[in-house]
Amino acid sequence: MGQDAPADEMIDLPLAGLHAELGGKMVPFAGYAMPVQYAAGVMKEHQHTRAAAGLFDVSHMGQVILRGADAETLALAFESLTPAAVLGLKEGRQRYGLLTNDAGGILDDLMFANRGDHLFVVVNAACKAADIAHMRANLPGIEVEEITDRCLLALQGPGAEAALARLAPEVAEMRFMDVGYVTLEGAECWISRSGYTGEDGFEISIPNEAAEPVARALLADDSVLPIGLGARDSLRLEAGLCLYGHDIDETTSPIEAALQWSIQKARRAGGDRAGGFPGAERILAELDSGPARLRVGLRPEGRAPMREGVTLHHAGAEVGRITSGAFGPSVAGPVAMGYLPAALATPGTAVEGALRGKMLPVSVASLPFLPANFKR
Amino acid sequence: MKFTEEHEWLRPEDELVVVGITEHAAEQLGDIVFIELPEVGTQVNKDDEVVVIESVKAASDILAPIDGEIVEVNEALVEDPGKVNEDPTGDAWFFKIKPAEPEQMDEYMSEAAYMKYVG
Repeated sequence: MGQDAPADEMIDLPLAGLHAELGGKMVPFAGYAMPVQYAAGVMKEHQHTRAAAGLFDVSHMGQVILRGADAETLALAFESLTPAAVLGLKEGRQRYGLLTNDAGGILDDLMFANRGDHLFVVVNAACKAADIAHMRANLPGIEVEEITDRCLLALQGPGAEAALARLAPEVAEMRFMDVGYVTLEGAECWISRSGYTGEDGFEISIPNEAAEPVARALLADDSVLPIGLGARDSLRLEAGLCLYGHDIDETTSPIEAALQWSIQKARRAGGDRAGGFPGAERILAELDSGPARLRVGLRPEGRAPMREGVTLHHAGAEVGRITSGAFGPSVAGPVAMGYLPAALATPGTAVEGALRGKMLPVSVASLPFLPANFKR
Repeated sequence: MKFTEEHEWLRPEDELVVVGITEHAAEQLGDIVFIELPEVGTQVNKDDEVVVIESVKAASDILAPIDGEIVEVNEALVEDPGKVNEDPTGDAWFFKIKPAEPEQMDEYMSEAAYMKYVG
């Protein structure tokens, strides 16, 4: 994500009017006009999400429905593009997955849900056109439908369940990564208990015409504040979650990116459906013998944030680079992620970051920086 | 009080000039999370980078508005950089400089001119 377009080419999403009314500061993001923050500012928005509930408009993301002759055919077809196990995912459940390329790099990261007669897939905004073309070209016999008449809202934070349950009490029964249907403001919404902040919460796909009434109904709850992309970024970074185009891309493998948990046993060596996805040779070899480099958490000493592009050094040599970095409001200090040689990737290892001409101490840290707060 | 196009304010205080950033600048930067101040005793030239500010959004520099010697810095900002967002023109001054050429102040804007400049 994150390819900026000139301001005059920004596409407005259906909630543009609401963002303006709420004081959203709009910036170009993946070609869309997106709120980077509201009046409260990034720091307060971040802290509010961790303490109560935040409402995020993520309608720029791609929503895709895949249909096949039957559930098994569809699952096996999708498995030809992702190392995740699709077959075996129960109806009403969602999983995180990756699209890989033949070199074992990552084309995109996504969520996919088994909704009985189809899969519902949510992909990154900047990748969605390429993802859809890739799926259409490589999934013969599978219908790939881009959903363009729905907004996507995320309600995140420890107060998310209570705020949403006021409109639809049944959501309280959902567990982390459950998906289902719920009626909000008279419209059929598609809901998952998930998100990308490290907090409990929901992502809700809403017909465009109902998106503003639903957003207003949620914001009417005192515990819910609108949250911009700025806080979304610091929340996901503290949660140790990757931002596509920064922490992962076509040159990073799932194993280097420490995303091997997204490759279930059935797809690994010795599994029922081992391999059979793009780049399987490299990815399974790295899974077996370990990658040369690894994505790690990093804690710069002191208060100065180290951002993307800062080089990492050890024993006088450049050994890696920061791929995401910011001040973590909940950690109350700078946090970052980057890649280091496997030998330097153990938490506690001391390296240095080159900041404004100085070598400053950085220690390798385990991820996430904060314990996740999911409702399992 | 004088104002620069870089959104700094300069307030004469006896022989010294106190320097900080304007409310407009603080608002544009967003929540400030880190400040690196110069060392007391440093001789600076106009336009030298003297302070590093990191906000939740980005890093930026403060340039020395005039030539002179840094005689005092506001250490409280290092512990609590958020003060700059709370009180940019009051408690959250950055440094005091002993001007080498006080007339360098004259080129900067009045408050009225600055208000017009930021529109």
